[in-house]
Amino acid sequence: MENQNIPHVISHDEQAIVIKDLYKSFDDLEVLKGVNLTVDKGENVVVLGKSGSGKSVLIKIIVGLLKADRGEVTVLGQQVATLTDKELNALRLRVGFSFQSSALYDSMNIRQNLEFPLKMNRKTMSRREIIKAVDEVLEDVGLRDKMNQMPSDLSGGQRKRIGIARTLILRPEIMLYDEPTAGLDPITSYEINKLINEVQQLYNTSSIIITHDLTCAKETADRVAMFVEGRFTRIGKFEEVFNTDDEQVRSFYNYNFIQ
Amino acid sequence: MINIRTKKYVISKVLDAFFISVNRAYLFVIQFFKQVLVPPFHFSEIVNQCFEIGLRALSLITLTGFIIGIVFTKQSRPSLEDFGATSWLPSLIGIAIVKALGPLVTALICAGKVGSGIGAELGSMRVTEQIDAMEVSAINPFKYLVVTRVTATMITIPILSFYCIVVGLLGSYVNVRAEEATSFIAFFQSAFSTLHFLDLSTSVVKALIFGFTIGIVGSYKGFYATKGTQGVGKAANQAVVMAMFLIFIEEVVIVQVSNWIRYF
Ligand SMILES: Nc1ncnc2c1ncn2[C@@H]1O[C@H](COP(=O)(O)OP(=O)(O)O)[C@@H](O)[C@H]1O
Ligand SMILES: [Mg+2]
Repeated sequence: MENQNIPHVISHDEQAIVIKDLYKSFDDLEVLKGVNLTVDKGENVVVLGKSGSGKSVLIKIIVGLLKADRGEVTVLGQQVATLTDKELNALRLRVGFSFQSSALYDSMNIRQNLEFPLKMNRKTMSRREIIKAVDEVLEDVGLRDKMNQMPSDLSGGQRKRIGIARTLILRPEIMLYDEPTAGLDPITSYEINKLINEVQQLYNTSSIIITHDLTCAKETADRVAMFVEGRFTRIGKFEEVFNTDDEQVRSFYNYNFIQ
Repeated sequence: MINIRTKKYVISKVLDAFFISVNRAYLFVIQFFKQVLVPPFHFSEIVNQCFEIGLRALSLITLTGFIIGIVFTKQSRPSLEDFGATSWLPSLIGIAIVKALGPLVTALICAGKVGSGIGAELGSMRVTEQIDAMEVSAINPFKYLVVTRVTATMITIPILSFYCIVVGLLGSYVNVRAEEATSFIAFFQSAFSTLHFLDLSTSVVKALIFGFTIGIVGSYKGFYATKGTQGVGKAANQAVVMAMFLIFIEEVVIVQVSNWIRYF
């Protein structure tokens, strides 16, 4: 219940994502136990939490890849669980999802990876317009020279960028990043953080950024939400969240910086 | 007391899991028939897959078909000679290859090469979240990946079966030719002389069903691959075992049904 005390009130059409009392278990494993969170339009919210705590499950529920047992998720004013397939797909086009593993289509080269969502969803676009859109988005992520390479030829950081580019090409209003800097060296992480901030400004997106990397959180967050044991225990500005005696929050902080 | 209880619990869990997976497989097949006739059809992807499948299996089918033709002819000749019936050799070969061996051998080879390929490919797409990635960009992965592949196997396996039959008969002709001066045309004429329309159409239907089986089993195993790299290997492996098992059962059932139709 403690998370409902967090003062954060704002008018409805200003909210990109509203999550109310969300529960989810797999067999006997309770993963989400009453999650509440709002993401305002244009805001970057960083979700911090341990591995295996259910962060990915949470954002998969937001895009309807998984179904919650209980609770409500409202995305851009639409309640996800009540949508028909068609409505859900229309909503998914407005939400970009950057996977932890990048999830590039490994049978296609970079250009085909980027063209694929356009070809499938924007049937009226001409060949020329598609090429232009691919060029533009590759420019934005700084990888124009990789156009004709295969995903397996790229480094982890480059794959992340292409994964982000592939969702940006549909001009989403919301971006969900699953561990964007996991497994990357500090310099590459820094570049990804910069990219996330550029995307926020350039595309005017609202974002949830999942991570256990505090540097990433500090760099990209407008607000930070601590995810502990199936719910958010603290939500607020980075400094506010870590200005506490709560053992678990402190240890999370200390661990990150000792490491 | 507690022990018995937990045992019961485990058994009921295993049974549950079994029925859940049967239901899931059933829904998977239903889903295919629901989606196959609804646009978009992704024709270029189907053509792509057809070439992929054809290329994967062609060399092995050529080799196997030819050798079966030669060996089967060689082995049958002495027995027929005992009855002084060597002139029946082409018809015997025709029956064996067109009715039974051609489609069956093709299907078994394709289960091994194509079914495992589909299982591994979709399995790795599942494990690396590429299938989820399609779904979140509003692309129907079932339609794009499964329907196209199953359609492709249903197109290619009858064609490959026909090819296997032709190559098998050629192999047989090579052997026949070495022993006696039968002309090419005469050989083919007598090979097909005892075959009826029902035999040919049964073979076509059989190949279609085998094709469907290989495609849908490979796709199913891959689509529901469990997480981890060994999940991919498991999907590929199970796709082959399951498809071969079903192909043998289907072979027996189809032969039985076509015999009923014949005597009807
Ligand atoms: N589809 C699923 N089926 C069963 N268990 C799952 C599934 N997805 C996630 N889990 C379990 O839920 C827990 C949280 O997973 P996840 O959200 O991936 O963690 P993380 O916070 O590291 O992203 C894990 O214990 C995982 O095993
Ligand atoms: Mg995760």
